[in-house]
Amino acid sequence: MKIIKNIGSYFLMLLKVFGKFTKWNVLKSLIFKDIEVLIIGSLGIVSVISFFVGGVVAIQTALNLTNPLIPRNLIGYATRQSIILEFAPTFMSIIMAGKVGSYITSSIGTMRVTEQIDALEVMGINTYNYLIFPKIIALLLYPFVITFSMFLGVLGGYVASVSGGLCSSAVFIEGVQIDFIPFHIQYAFIKTTLFSFLLATIPAFHGYYLKGGALQVGKASTVSFVWTSVVIILANFIITQLILA
Amino acid sequence: MIKVNNIYKLFERTTVLKNISAEFEKGKTNLIIGQSGSGKTVLLKCLLGLHTPEKGKIFFDNSSLTDMKEKERRKLRQEMGIVFQGSALFDSMSVEENIIFPMKMFTNKNDDEILDRANEVIERVDLTNSNDKMPSELSGGMQKRVAIARAIVMNPKFLFCDEPNSGLDPRTSILIDNLINEITKEYNITTVINTHDMNSVMEIGENIIFLQNGIKEWEGSNQDIFKTENKSFIDFVYSSEILKKARKALKNK
Repeated sequence: MKIIKNIGSYFLMLLKVFGKFTKWNVLKSLIFKDIEVLIIGSLGIVSVISFFVGGVVAIQTALNLTNPLIPRNLIGYATRQSIILEFAPTFMSIIMAGKVGSYITSSIGTMRVTEQIDALEVMGINTYNYLIFPKIIALLLYPFVITFSMFLGVLGGYVASVSGGLCSSAVFIEGVQIDFIPFHIQYAFIKTTLFSFLLATIPAFHGYYLKGGALQVGKASTVSFVWTSVVIILANFIITQLILA
Repeated sequence: MIKVNNIYKLFERTTVLKNISAEFEKGKTNLIIGQSGSGKTVLLKCLLGLHTPEKGKIFFDNSSLTDMKEKERRKLRQEMGIVFQGSALFDSMSVEENIIFPMKMFTNKNDDEILDRANEVIERVDLTNSNDKMPSELSGGMQKRVAIARAIVMNPKFLFCDEPNSGLDPRTSILIDNLINEITKEYNITTVINTHDMNSVMEIGENIIFLQNGIKEWEGSNQDIFKTENKSFIDFVYSSEILKKARKALKNK
Protein backbone atom coordinates (compact mmCIF):
# COMPACT_ATOMS: atom_id res chain seq x y z
CA MET A 1 0.00 0.00 0.00
CA LYS A 2 2.81 2.38 0.92
CA ILE A 3 4.38 1.99 -2.49
CA ILE A 4 1.09 2.89 -4.23
CA LYS A 5 0.73 5.92 -1.96
CA ASN A 6 4.31 6.97 -2.77
CA ILE A 7 3.74 6.59 -6.51
CA GLY A 8 0.62 8.76 -6.18
CA SER A 9 2.50 11.36 -4.15
CA TYR A 10 5.29 11.35 -6.75
CA PHE A 11 2.90 12.18 -9.59
CA LEU A 12 1.12 14.82 -7.49
CA MET A 13 4.53 16.33 -6.79
CA LEU A 14 5.22 16.46 -10.54
CA LEU A 15 1.94 18.32 -11.07
CA LYS A 16 2.92 20.87 -8.43
CA VAL A 17 6.39 21.30 -9.96
CA PHE A 18 4.69 22.68 -13.05
CA GLY A 19 2.22 24.74 -10.98
CA LYS A 20 2.88 28.35 -10.01
CA PHE A 21 6.23 29.39 -11.48
CA THR A 22 8.98 31.15 -9.58
CA LYS A 23 10.10 34.56 -10.84
CA TRP A 24 12.25 34.03 -13.95
CA ASN A 25 15.25 36.03 -12.66
CA VAL A 26 15.46 33.82 -9.58
CA LEU A 27 14.78 30.64 -11.52
CA LYS A 28 17.49 31.47 -14.08
CA SER A 29 20.19 31.76 -11.44
CA LEU A 30 19.03 28.51 -9.82
CA ILE A 31 19.19 26.71 -13.19
CA PHE A 32 22.73 27.94 -13.86
CA LYS A 33 23.79 26.94 -10.35
CA ASP A 34 22.33 23.46 -10.84
CA ILE A 35 23.99 23.11 -14.26
CA GLU A 36 27.30 23.88 -12.61
CA VAL A 37 26.79 21.40 -9.76
CA LEU A 38 24.93 18.59 -11.52
CA ILE A 39 26.39 18.68 -15.04
CA ILE A 40 29.78 20.38 -15.01
CA GLY A 41 30.54 18.87 -11.60
CA SER A 42 29.93 15.37 -12.95
CA LEU A 43 32.23 15.57 -15.97
CA GLY A 44 35.33 14.52 -14.02
CA ILE A 45 33.95 11.26 -12.65
CA VAL A 46 32.17 10.50 -15.94
CA SER A 47 35.43 10.98 -17.88
CA VAL A 48 37.48 8.71 -15.64
CA ILE A 49 34.88 5.93 -15.47
CA SER A 50 34.05 6.03 -19.18
CA PHE A 51 37.66 5.98 -20.32
CA PHE A 52 38.65 3.02 -18.17
CA VAL A 53 35.46 1.01 -18.67
CA GLY A 54 35.89 1.49 -22.43
CA GLY A 55 39.39 0.09 -22.05
CA VAL A 56 38.14 -2.90 -20.04
CA VAL A 57 35.40 -3.67 -22.61
CA ALA A 58 38.05 -3.72 -25.38
CA ILE A 59 40.42 -5.95 -23.40
CA GLN A 60 37.67 -8.42 -22.43
CA THR A 61 36.40 -8.59 -26.02
CA ALA A 62 39.94 -9.27 -27.25
CA LEU A 63 40.39 -12.00 -24.64
CA ASN A 64 37.35 -13.82 -26.01
CA LEU A 65 38.55 -13.70 -29.61
CA THR A 66 40.26 -17.06 -29.55
CA ASN A 67 38.94 -18.23 -32.91
CA PRO A 68 41.27 -16.95 -35.71
CA LEU A 69 38.29 -16.77 -38.07
CA ILE A 70 36.77 -13.91 -36.06
CA PRO A 71 38.23 -10.60 -37.27
CA ARG A 72 40.10 -8.43 -34.77
CA ASN A 73 38.05 -5.41 -35.79
CA LEU A 74 35.28 -6.91 -33.64
CA ILE A 75 37.10 -5.30 -30.66
CA GLY A 76 36.29 -1.81 -31.99
CA TYR A 77 32.79 -2.87 -33.01
CA ALA A 78 31.95 -4.46 -29.63
CA THR A 79 33.40 -1.52 -27.71
CA ARG A 80 31.35 0.97 -29.74
CA GLN A 81 28.13 -1.02 -29.41
CA SER A 82 28.52 -1.69 -25.68
CA ILE A 83 29.38 1.90 -24.91
CA ILE A 84 26.73 3.56 -27.09
CA LEU A 85 23.84 1.20 -26.44
CA GLU A 86 24.24 0.37 -22.79
CA PHE A 87 27.21 1.60 -20.85
CA ALA A 88 27.01 5.35 -21.48
CA PRO A 89 23.24 5.85 -21.27
CA THR A 90 22.22 3.25 -18.69
CA PHE A 91 25.14 2.36 -16.46
CA MET A 92 26.44 5.90 -16.39
CA SER A 93 22.93 6.95 -15.29
CA ILE A 94 23.09 4.49 -12.41
CA ILE A 95 26.44 5.93 -11.40
CA MET A 96 24.88 9.39 -11.67
CA ALA A 97 21.99 8.22 -9.47
CA GLY A 98 24.65 7.78 -6.81
CA LYS A 99 26.39 11.07 -7.41
CA VAL A 100 23.72 13.51 -8.58
CA GLY A 101 20.79 11.69 -6.94
CA SER A 102 22.39 11.62 -3.50
CA TYR A 103 23.26 15.30 -3.83
CA ILE A 104 19.67 16.21 -4.75
CA THR A 105 18.14 14.11 -1.94
CA SER A 106 20.53 15.32 0.71
CA SER A 107 20.38 18.99 -0.28
CA ILE A 108 16.57 19.08 -0.41
CA GLY A 109 16.32 16.80 2.64
CA THR A 110 18.60 19.04 4.67
CA MET A 111 16.46 22.01 3.70
CA ARG A 112 13.44 20.05 4.94
CA VAL A 113 14.91 19.14 8.34
CA THR A 114 16.28 22.63 8.95
CA GLU A 115 12.84 24.12 8.15
CA GLN A 116 14.18 26.03 5.12
CA ILE A 117 11.40 24.53 2.99
CA ASP A 118 8.82 25.66 5.57
CA ALA A 119 10.37 29.14 5.45
CA LEU A 120 9.99 29.20 1.64
CA GLU A 121 6.44 27.86 1.91
CA VAL A 122 5.46 30.53 4.43
CA MET A 123 6.84 33.20 2.11
CA GLY A 124 4.26 32.04 -0.43
CA ILE A 125 6.71 30.32 -2.77
CA ASN A 126 5.78 27.19 -4.73
CA THR A 127 8.57 25.14 -3.19
CA TYR A 128 8.09 22.27 -5.66
CA ASN A 129 8.79 24.57 -8.56
CA TYR A 130 11.55 26.49 -6.78
CA LEU A 131 13.47 23.39 -5.69
CA ILE A 132 12.78 20.77 -8.36
CA PHE A 133 12.13 22.55 -11.66
CA PRO A 134 15.68 24.02 -11.98
CA LYS A 135 17.09 20.52 -11.47
CA ILE A 136 14.88 19.08 -14.21
CA ILE A 137 16.01 21.81 -16.62
CA ALA A 138 19.67 21.51 -15.63
CA LEU A 139 19.58 17.76 -16.19
CA LEU A 140 18.20 18.28 -19.69
CA LEU A 141 21.88 18.86 -20.48
CA TYR A 142 22.60 15.35 -19.26
CA PRO A 143 22.71 13.91 -22.83
CA PHE A 144 25.73 16.17 -23.31
CA VAL A 145 27.45 14.29 -20.45
CA ILE A 146 26.54 11.02 -22.11
CA THR A 147 27.96 12.17 -25.46
CA PHE A 148 31.16 12.89 -23.58
CA SER A 149 30.99 9.47 -21.97
CA MET A 150 30.47 7.74 -25.35
CA PHE A 151 33.45 9.50 -26.87
CA LEU A 152 35.75 8.80 -23.94
CA GLY A 153 34.56 5.19 -23.66
CA VAL A 154 35.46 4.46 -27.28
CA LEU A 155 38.71 6.38 -26.87
CA GLY A 156 39.54 4.28 -23.80
CA GLY A 157 38.89 1.13 -25.83
CA TYR A 158 41.15 2.44 -28.59
CA VAL A 159 44.00 3.32 -26.23
CA ALA A 160 43.76 -0.06 -24.43
CA SER A 161 43.66 -2.01 -27.71
CA VAL A 162 46.48 -0.20 -29.46
CA SER A 163 48.77 0.22 -26.48
CA GLY A 164 48.09 -3.35 -25.30
CA GLY A 165 48.81 -4.78 -28.73
CA LEU A 166 45.32 -6.26 -29.03
CA CYS A 167 44.87 -4.84 -32.52
CA SER A 168 46.26 -2.08 -34.69
CA SER A 169 44.91 1.46 -34.72
CA ALA A 170 43.49 1.02 -38.25
CA VAL A 171 41.74 -2.25 -37.34
CA PHE A 172 40.14 -0.76 -34.23
CA ILE A 173 38.91 2.30 -36.16
CA GLU A 174 37.60 0.04 -38.91
CA GLY A 175 35.66 -1.90 -36.23
CA VAL A 176 34.25 1.30 -34.78
CA GLN A 177 32.96 2.32 -38.22
CA ILE A 178 31.60 -1.05 -39.26
CA ASP A 179 27.79 -1.48 -39.53
CA PHE A 180 27.20 1.82 -37.79
CA ILE A 181 23.48 2.54 -37.33
CA PRO A 182 22.94 6.25 -36.54
CA PHE A 183 19.56 5.42 -34.97
CA HIS A 184 21.38 3.76 -32.08
CA ILE A 185 22.65 7.19 -31.08
CA GLN A 186 19.08 8.53 -31.18
CA TYR A 187 17.94 5.55 -29.11
CA ALA A 188 20.66 6.32 -26.56
CA PHE A 189 19.64 9.97 -26.37
CA ILE A 190 15.94 9.15 -26.01
CA LYS A 191 16.82 6.88 -23.08
CA THR A 192 19.14 9.45 -21.58
CA THR A 193 16.55 12.22 -21.72
CA LEU A 194 14.05 10.07 -19.85
CA PHE A 195 16.70 9.02 -17.35
CA SER A 196 17.64 12.66 -16.77
CA PHE A 197 14.04 13.37 -15.75
CA LEU A 198 14.07 10.37 -13.40
CA LEU A 199 17.46 11.45 -12.01
CA ALA A 200 16.06 14.86 -11.12
CA THR A 201 12.64 13.90 -9.79
CA ILE A 202 12.98 10.62 -7.86
CA PRO A 203 15.78 11.88 -5.57
CA ALA A 204 13.92 15.19 -5.20
CA PHE A 205 10.82 13.27 -4.09
CA HIS A 206 12.79 11.41 -1.41
CA GLY A 207 14.36 14.65 -0.17
CA TYR A 208 11.18 16.71 -0.26
CA TYR A 209 9.02 14.28 1.72
CA LEU A 210 11.71 13.39 4.21
CA LYS A 211 10.71 13.27 7.87
CA GLY A 212 13.09 13.30 10.79
CA GLY A 213 16.62 14.57 11.27
CA ALA A 214 20.17 14.21 10.01
CA LEU A 215 20.13 10.41 10.21
CA GLN A 216 17.06 10.28 7.97
CA VAL A 217 18.84 12.47 5.40
CA GLY A 218 21.50 9.77 5.07
CA LYS A 219 18.91 6.99 4.91
CA ALA A 220 16.83 8.89 2.33
CA SER A 221 19.91 9.31 0.10
CA THR A 222 20.45 5.54 0.11
CA VAL A 223 16.77 4.76 -0.51
CA SER A 224 16.67 7.35 -3.28
CA PHE A 225 19.73 5.76 -4.96
CA VAL A 226 18.13 2.31 -4.82
CA TRP A 227 14.80 3.48 -6.24
CA THR A 228 16.35 5.68 -8.93
CA SER A 229 18.50 2.74 -10.06
CA VAL A 230 15.57 0.32 -10.06
CA VAL A 231 13.32 2.70 -12.02
CA ILE A 232 16.13 3.46 -14.52
CA ILE A 233 16.68 -0.25 -15.14
CA LEU A 234 12.95 -0.89 -15.56
CA ALA A 235 12.57 2.13 -17.86
CA ASN A 236 15.60 0.94 -19.83
CA PHE A 237 13.96 -2.42 -20.41
CA ILE A 238 10.64 -0.88 -21.47
CA ILE A 239 12.25 1.65 -23.84
CA THR A 240 14.49 -0.99 -25.37
CA GLN A 241 11.46 -3.22 -25.94
CA LEU A 242 9.54 -0.37 -27.52
CA ILE A 243 12.33 0.99 -29.71
CA LEU A 244 14.69 -1.80 -30.57
CA ALA A 245 12.73 -5.05 -30.23
CA MET B 1 -5.49 40.82 14.37
CA ILE B 2 -5.66 37.03 14.27
CA LYS B 3 -8.69 35.21 15.62
CA VAL B 4 -8.81 31.48 16.25
CA ASN B 5 -12.28 29.96 16.63
CA ASN B 6 -12.74 26.52 18.14
CA ILE B 7 -10.06 24.69 16.20
CA TYR B 8 -9.34 20.99 16.42
CA LYS B 9 -6.31 19.30 14.92
CA LEU B 10 -5.85 15.55 14.66
CA PHE B 11 -2.84 13.49 13.64
CA GLU B 12 -4.09 10.05 12.69
CA ARG B 13 -6.24 9.26 15.77
CA THR B 14 -4.57 11.60 18.24
CA THR B 15 -6.25 14.94 18.89
CA VAL B 16 -3.41 17.42 19.26
CA LEU B 17 -5.51 20.60 19.55
CA LYS B 18 -8.91 20.51 21.24
CA ASN B 19 -11.34 23.37 20.80
CA ILE B 20 -8.79 26.19 20.86
CA SER B 21 -10.08 29.75 20.64
CA ALA B 22 -7.89 32.82 21.00
CA GLU B 23 -7.34 36.36 19.81
CA PHE B 24 -3.91 37.66 18.92
CA GLU B 25 -3.96 41.43 18.98
CA LYS B 26 -2.26 43.94 16.72
CA GLY B 27 0.69 45.87 18.15
CA LYS B 28 1.07 43.38 20.98
CA THR B 29 3.42 40.46 21.63
CA ASN B 30 1.13 37.45 21.89
CA LEU B 31 2.66 34.36 23.44
CA ILE B 32 1.66 30.73 23.12
CA ILE B 33 3.24 28.87 26.00
CA GLY B 34 3.19 25.31 27.25
CA GLN B 35 5.35 22.28 27.86
CA SER B 36 6.94 20.33 25.01
CA GLY B 37 4.21 18.32 23.31
CA SER B 38 1.42 20.62 24.48
CA GLY B 39 0.46 21.50 20.90
CA LYS B 40 1.90 25.00 20.64
CA THR B 41 3.99 24.31 17.51
CA VAL B 42 0.97 22.64 15.87
CA LEU B 43 -1.14 25.71 16.70
CA LEU B 44 1.54 27.97 15.22
CA LYS B 45 1.73 25.82 12.09
CA CYS B 46 -2.08 26.02 11.79
CA LEU B 47 -1.79 29.82 11.93
CA LEU B 48 0.86 29.70 9.22
CA GLY B 49 -1.32 27.49 7.07
CA LEU B 50 1.23 24.67 7.16
CA HIS B 51 -1.37 22.46 8.92
CA THR B 52 -5.09 22.57 8.24
CA PRO B 53 -7.34 22.16 11.29
CA GLU B 54 -10.04 19.48 11.05
CA LYS B 55 -12.59 21.79 12.66
CA GLY B 56 -12.81 25.49 13.46
CA LYS B 57 -11.67 28.66 11.71
CA ILE B 58 -8.72 31.01 11.72
CA PHE B 59 -9.25 34.64 10.72
CA PHE B 60 -6.59 37.09 9.63
CA ASP B 61 -8.17 40.57 9.81
CA ASN B 62 -11.61 39.00 9.18
CA SER B 63 -10.46 36.87 6.21
CA SER B 64 -10.81 33.18 6.94
CA LEU B 65 -7.54 31.33 6.34
CA THR B 66 -9.33 28.00 6.39
CA ASP B 67 -11.64 29.03 3.52
CA MET B 68 -8.95 30.68 1.39
CA LYS B 69 -7.94 29.35 -2.00
CA GLU B 70 -4.26 28.56 -2.59
CA LYS B 71 -3.75 31.83 -4.48
CA GLU B 72 -5.26 33.92 -1.66
CA ARG B 73 -3.26 31.93 0.86
CA ARG B 74 -0.01 32.69 -1.01
CA LYS B 75 -0.91 36.39 -1.03
CA LEU B 76 -1.59 36.33 2.71
CA ARG B 77 1.70 34.53 3.32
CA GLN B 78 3.52 37.44 1.72
CA GLU B 79 2.17 39.52 4.61
CA MET B 80 3.65 37.13 7.15
CA GLY B 81 7.15 37.05 8.54
CA ILE B 82 8.42 34.04 10.43
CA VAL B 83 11.38 33.30 12.64
CA PHE B 84 11.84 29.55 12.91
CA GLN B 85 13.25 27.72 15.91
CA GLY B 86 16.49 26.87 14.11
CA SER B 87 16.45 30.22 12.22
CA ALA B 88 15.97 28.35 8.88
CA LEU B 89 18.43 30.58 7.05
CA PHE B 90 19.29 29.50 3.52
CA ASP B 91 22.76 28.12 4.11
CA SER B 92 23.91 28.61 0.52
CA MET B 93 23.25 32.35 0.79
CA SER B 94 25.07 35.13 2.65
CA VAL B 95 23.36 37.28 5.30
CA GLU B 96 22.52 39.93 2.72
CA GLU B 97 21.24 37.40 0.18
CA ASN B 98 19.04 35.79 2.83
CA ILE B 99 17.51 39.15 3.65
CA ILE B 100 16.99 40.36 0.09
CA PHE B 101 15.57 36.99 -0.99
CA PRO B 102 11.86 37.78 -0.26
CA MET B 103 12.20 41.18 -1.97
CA LYS B 104 13.74 39.61 -5.07
CA MET B 105 10.93 37.07 -5.16
CA PHE B 106 7.97 39.34 -4.64
CA THR B 107 8.78 42.95 -5.49
CA ASN B 108 9.70 44.81 -8.63
CA LYS B 109 12.18 47.06 -6.83
CA ASN B 110 15.51 47.67 -8.52
CA ASP B 111 18.78 46.39 -7.04
CA ASP B 112 19.62 49.71 -5.34
CA GLU B 113 16.24 49.95 -3.63
CA ILE B 114 16.48 46.32 -2.52
CA LEU B 115 19.96 46.86 -1.11
CA ASP B 116 18.92 50.06 0.69
CA ARG B 117 16.04 48.29 2.40
CA ALA B 118 18.25 45.31 3.28
CA ASN B 119 20.85 47.60 4.86
CA GLU B 120 18.08 49.39 6.76
CA VAL B 121 16.87 46.16 8.42
CA ILE B 122 20.42 44.88 8.91
CA GLU B 123 21.12 48.07 10.84
CA ARG B 124 17.83 47.70 12.73
CA VAL B 125 18.84 44.28 14.05
CA ASP B 126 22.40 45.44 14.82
CA LEU B 127 24.17 43.32 12.26
CA THR B 128 26.11 45.99 10.42
CA ASN B 129 29.27 44.68 8.68
CA SER B 130 27.90 41.14 8.52
CA ASN B 131 26.39 41.41 5.03
CA ASP B 132 28.80 39.02 3.36
CA LYS B 133 29.01 36.44 6.12
CA MET B 134 27.51 33.00 5.60
CA PRO B 135 25.02 31.62 8.18
CA SER B 136 27.58 29.03 9.30
CA GLU B 137 29.93 31.85 10.33
CA LEU B 138 27.37 33.39 12.67
CA SER B 139 26.59 32.69 16.32
CA GLY B 140 23.11 31.46 17.31
CA GLY B 141 22.06 34.94 18.41
CA MET B 142 23.27 36.51 15.17
CA GLN B 143 21.44 33.87 13.13
CA LYS B 144 18.24 34.77 15.01
CA ARG B 145 18.83 38.43 14.17
CA VAL B 146 19.23 37.60 10.48
CA ALA B 147 16.03 35.54 10.66
CA ILE B 148 14.23 38.52 12.25
CA ALA B 149 15.64 40.86 9.60
CA ARG B 150 14.45 38.52 6.83
CA ALA B 151 11.04 38.28 8.50
CA ILE B 152 10.51 42.05 8.67
CA VAL B 153 12.13 43.12 5.40
CA MET B 154 8.80 42.99 3.54
CA ASN B 155 6.98 45.03 6.22
CA PRO B 156 4.77 42.12 7.28
CA LYS B 157 1.44 42.58 9.03
CA PHE B 158 1.95 39.39 11.03
CA LEU B 159 5.15 38.15 12.66
CA PHE B 160 5.46 34.58 13.94
CA CYS B 161 8.35 33.36 16.05
CA ASP B 162 8.78 29.70 16.93
CA GLU B 163 10.90 29.40 20.08
CA PRO B 164 13.00 32.45 19.13
CA ASN B 165 15.39 32.05 22.03
CA SER B 166 15.94 28.32 22.07
CA GLY B 167 19.63 27.50 22.28
CA LEU B 168 20.57 31.04 23.31
CA ASP B 169 22.13 32.17 26.56
CA PRO B 170 19.83 34.15 28.93
CA ARG B 171 21.42 37.51 28.06
CA THR B 172 21.09 37.01 24.28
CA SER B 173 17.55 35.65 24.83
CA ILE B 174 16.52 38.89 26.51
CA LEU B 175 18.10 40.93 23.70
CA ILE B 176 16.19 38.92 21.08
CA ASP B 177 12.94 39.20 23.08
CA ASN B 178 13.36 42.95 23.39
CA LEU B 179 14.17 43.27 19.70
CA ILE B 180 10.99 41.40 18.76
CA ASN B 181 8.98 43.51 21.20
CA GLU B 182 10.41 46.78 19.82
CA ILE B 183 9.77 45.69 16.23
CA THR B 184 6.17 44.78 17.13
CA LYS B 185 5.53 48.29 18.45
CA GLU B 186 7.54 50.06 15.74
CA TYR B 187 5.83 48.30 12.82
CA ASN B 188 2.49 47.95 14.68
CA ILE B 189 2.20 44.30 13.71
CA THR B 190 0.52 41.26 15.20
CA THR B 191 3.28 39.16 16.72
CA VAL B 192 2.73 35.59 17.85
CA ILE B 193 5.57 33.93 19.74
CA ASN B 194 5.72 30.30 20.62
CA THR B 195 7.87 29.71 23.69
CA HIS B 196 8.37 27.86 26.94
CA ASP B 197 10.92 30.31 28.24
CA MET B 198 9.56 31.98 31.37
CA ASN B 199 12.00 34.89 31.00
CA SER B 200 10.31 35.77 27.71
CA VAL B 201 6.90 35.39 29.29
CA MET B 202 7.77 37.81 32.05
CA GLU B 203 9.64 40.25 29.79
CA ILE B 204 7.31 40.61 26.83
CA GLY B 205 4.13 38.58 27.46
CA GLU B 206 1.36 41.10 26.85
CA ASN B 207 -1.18 38.48 25.83
CA ILE B 208 -0.45 34.89 26.81
CA ILE B 209 -2.27 31.66 26.15
CA PHE B 210 -1.20 28.55 27.99
CA LEU B 211 -1.71 25.15 26.37
CA GLN B 212 -1.63 21.78 28.05
CA ASN B 213 -2.32 18.50 26.26
CA GLY B 214 -3.83 20.44 23.37
CA ILE B 215 -6.29 22.35 25.57
CA LYS B 216 -6.18 26.07 26.33
CA GLU B 217 -5.84 26.09 30.10
CA TRP B 218 -5.22 29.75 30.80
CA GLU B 219 -5.17 33.18 29.17
CA GLY B 220 -3.92 36.52 30.44
CA SER B 221 -0.94 38.86 30.52
CA ASN B 222 2.37 38.68 32.39
CA GLN B 223 0.81 40.91 35.04
CA ASP B 224 -1.86 38.28 35.74
CA ILE B 225 0.56 35.41 36.31
CA PHE B 226 1.05 36.06 40.03
CA LYS B 227 -2.69 36.26 40.61
CA THR B 228 -3.71 33.07 38.85
CA GLU B 229 -5.13 30.11 40.73
CA ASN B 230 -5.10 27.74 37.73
CA LYS B 231 -3.29 24.66 39.06
CA SER B 232 -1.86 23.44 35.74
CA PHE B 233 -0.53 26.89 34.93
CA ILE B 234 0.97 27.30 38.40
CA ASP B 235 2.65 23.90 38.01
CA PHE B 236 4.07 24.99 34.66
CA VAL B 237 5.26 28.43 35.77
CA TYR B 238 6.60 27.32 39.13
CA SER B 239 8.07 24.09 37.89
CA SER B 240 10.79 24.01 40.54
CA GLU B 241 10.19 23.62 44.28
CA ILE B 242 12.29 26.75 44.94
CA LEU B 243 9.95 28.84 42.80
CA LYS B 244 6.87 27.30 44.41
CA LYS B 245 8.21 28.18 47.86
CA ALA B 246 9.06 31.71 46.67
CA ARG B 247 5.47 32.12 45.41
CA LYS B 248 4.05 30.92 48.70
CA ALA B 249 6.30 33.33 50.57
CA LEU B 250 5.24 36.21 48.29
CA LYS B 251 1.56 35.35 48.80
CA ASN B 252 1.95 35.18 52.56
CA LYS B 253 3.49 38.63 52.62
